[in-house]
Amino acid sequence: MIKIEHMSKSYGPYPAVIDISFEVLKGEIVGFLGPNGAGKTTTMRVITGFTPPTEGEVTVGGYDVVSHSLDVRRHIGYLPETVPLYLDMPVNEYLTYMGEIRGMNRSWVKESLPKVIDMVKLGEYQNTLVGRLSKGYRQRVGIAQAILHEPDVLVMDEPTIGIDPIQVVETRELISNLGEEHTMLLSSHILPEVSAICKRVLVINDGRIVADDKPDDLSEKLQHAERIEISVRGAEGPAFINAMRDLSVVVDARSDQRASISQRAEREDFSPFIVDARPNLQASEQIAKTIIENGWGLTNLTPLPMTLEEIFLELTTEENLGD
Amino acid sequence: MRFITVIAIKEIRTYFASPMAYVVSAAFLAITGFFFVASVSDAFAEASIRGYLAGAIFFMIFMSPALTMRLIAEEQKLGTLELLLTSPLREFEIVMGKFIASFVMTMIMVVLSLYFVLVLFVYGDPDIGPLLSGLGGLMLYAAATLSVGLFASALSSNQIVGLVVGSGILTALTIIDFVSARLSGVGSQILDAFQLGASFSVFDLDSFGVAEGGHFADFARGIVSMTDIAYYLSLTAVFLLLTVLVLEARRWR
Repeated sequence: MIKIEHMSKSYGPYPAVIDISFEVLKGEIVGFLGPNGAGKTTTMRVITGFTPPTEGEVTVGGYDVVSHSLDVRRHIGYLPETVPLYLDMPVNEYLTYMGEIRGMNRSWVKESLPKVIDMVKLGEYQNTLVGRLSKGYRQRVGIAQAILHEPDVLVMDEPTIGIDPIQVVETRELISNLGEEHTMLLSSHILPEVSAICKRVLVINDGRIVADDKPDDLSEKLQHAERIEISVRGAEGPAFINAMRDLSVVVDARSDQRASISQRAEREDFSPFIVDARPNLQASEQIAKTIIENGWGLTNLTPLPMTLEEIFLELTTEENLGD
Repeated sequence: MRFITVIAIKEIRTYFASPMAYVVSAAFLAITGFFFVASVSDAFAEASIRGYLAGAIFFMIFMSPALTMRLIAEEQKLGTLELLLTSPLREFEIVMGKFIASFVMTMIMVVLSLYFVLVLFVYGDPDIGPLLSGLGGLMLYAAATLSVGLFASALSSNQIVGLVVGSGILTALTIIDFVSARLSGVGSQILDAFQLGASFSVFDLDSFGVAEGGHFADFARGIVSMTDIAYYLSLTAVFLLLTVLVLEARRWR
């Protein structure tokens, strides 16, 4: 439903998102996880047609977000991080208005409004001014406006930020239920939240996607991996990767996607690889030994400074601090 | 078209839900009332709405931006612009809906003030021509000033900035004849062609002036000229278009 290919977005000279690619299939609930400022909101704004990408192609339901922006917007329900609401309107009037500017006619709004209000449990506050509601209830109004027009795709930016812990639990439940009927992309900077709701997690950091996995596997990998950058001369990619994966200390090995194509071409003989290894097992030593035994030339072996483990720590400690 | 109506209705409701509509209407009625009474209480007064028109168009330099300052600036401040721009709406529809709402509000005020005309018919024998042309001109003038105000509102998320910039542009177009009077030849004629219509001579209680070379002078006299209609309509169109462009540019940042 959502397909992003080599998308970059810069604000003036500042890159917010750098060459990311991923796909969200119909019916999937995908968590978009990353520390603050990683590029989550920017990516969502591109998907929802609020801002065009600087480079690359983004399609939603087959429609391009730039050339068929209106078609894209017709199929999306969006809850921005700031939960924008007209504070001086009563809840049902606000929702009716939002439904109408999403292209619903009066009778359709009349039919679905009670259902949606019931779903988000706003029944007793239907006629209350939005400005009088607590943060948690405003969040529900925000969710209600995103689902009212029965969109195929739901995009929610930090839907539980800034609300109290009890309401967080209720909101997560609500979102989980929504996931049964919608394709959903949900951003968060809290790992346990994403694990609770999503079946797949994309981790984004500094504008780049650094992991794409099931939440359980991700935790496993994140907690136990030590990341090493390796360049070897004379090794065929698959042969090298298989040799690495055969080592018991290695969790995963792959060619280095971060290197640009030109860089890779320049260093044809020195193909860069990334190896995730279990920590404290002298992994580097064993890897080096294997490379030499295979007759390849080891030209570089560097433990990477910002590892997924660090991102993971950042993501988990925030929840602990928050609670 | 449906989206334009939906947005316009919402904005009109918001006007009446806040003190804004009432405060501005009261001020409009009070000020135009003052000029109307002053102009007809002269010993040899003519039964016309000239004083009312002069007061109304002068006051609109500040009233129109005051009515429009909230319309787009607040959407930016609340972040609701993000919802509008991610809904299947064109920028043009957003701008038109909001413009129509402010125009309807202004027309409601004008209608409320029409009892002046009734007074004229009861106590005098007013000339119908200048009355109709004056009111028609007032509608065109209102549209032009509101579009300038709406443009100013789109420039930032601060309503006061919208008010100041909007009134600033309108004031500049009003005092342009001070500048042109000091020039001669083509330059002076070009500047005169942009004069908005109101004049500070409105405060001269003997003449209740509108700008002599301006685009409102003929309307006040009972003459309908294509030049004046074209001027107000193009001013409206240009500023509405600029507003749309400002909103579109926001996306590309």
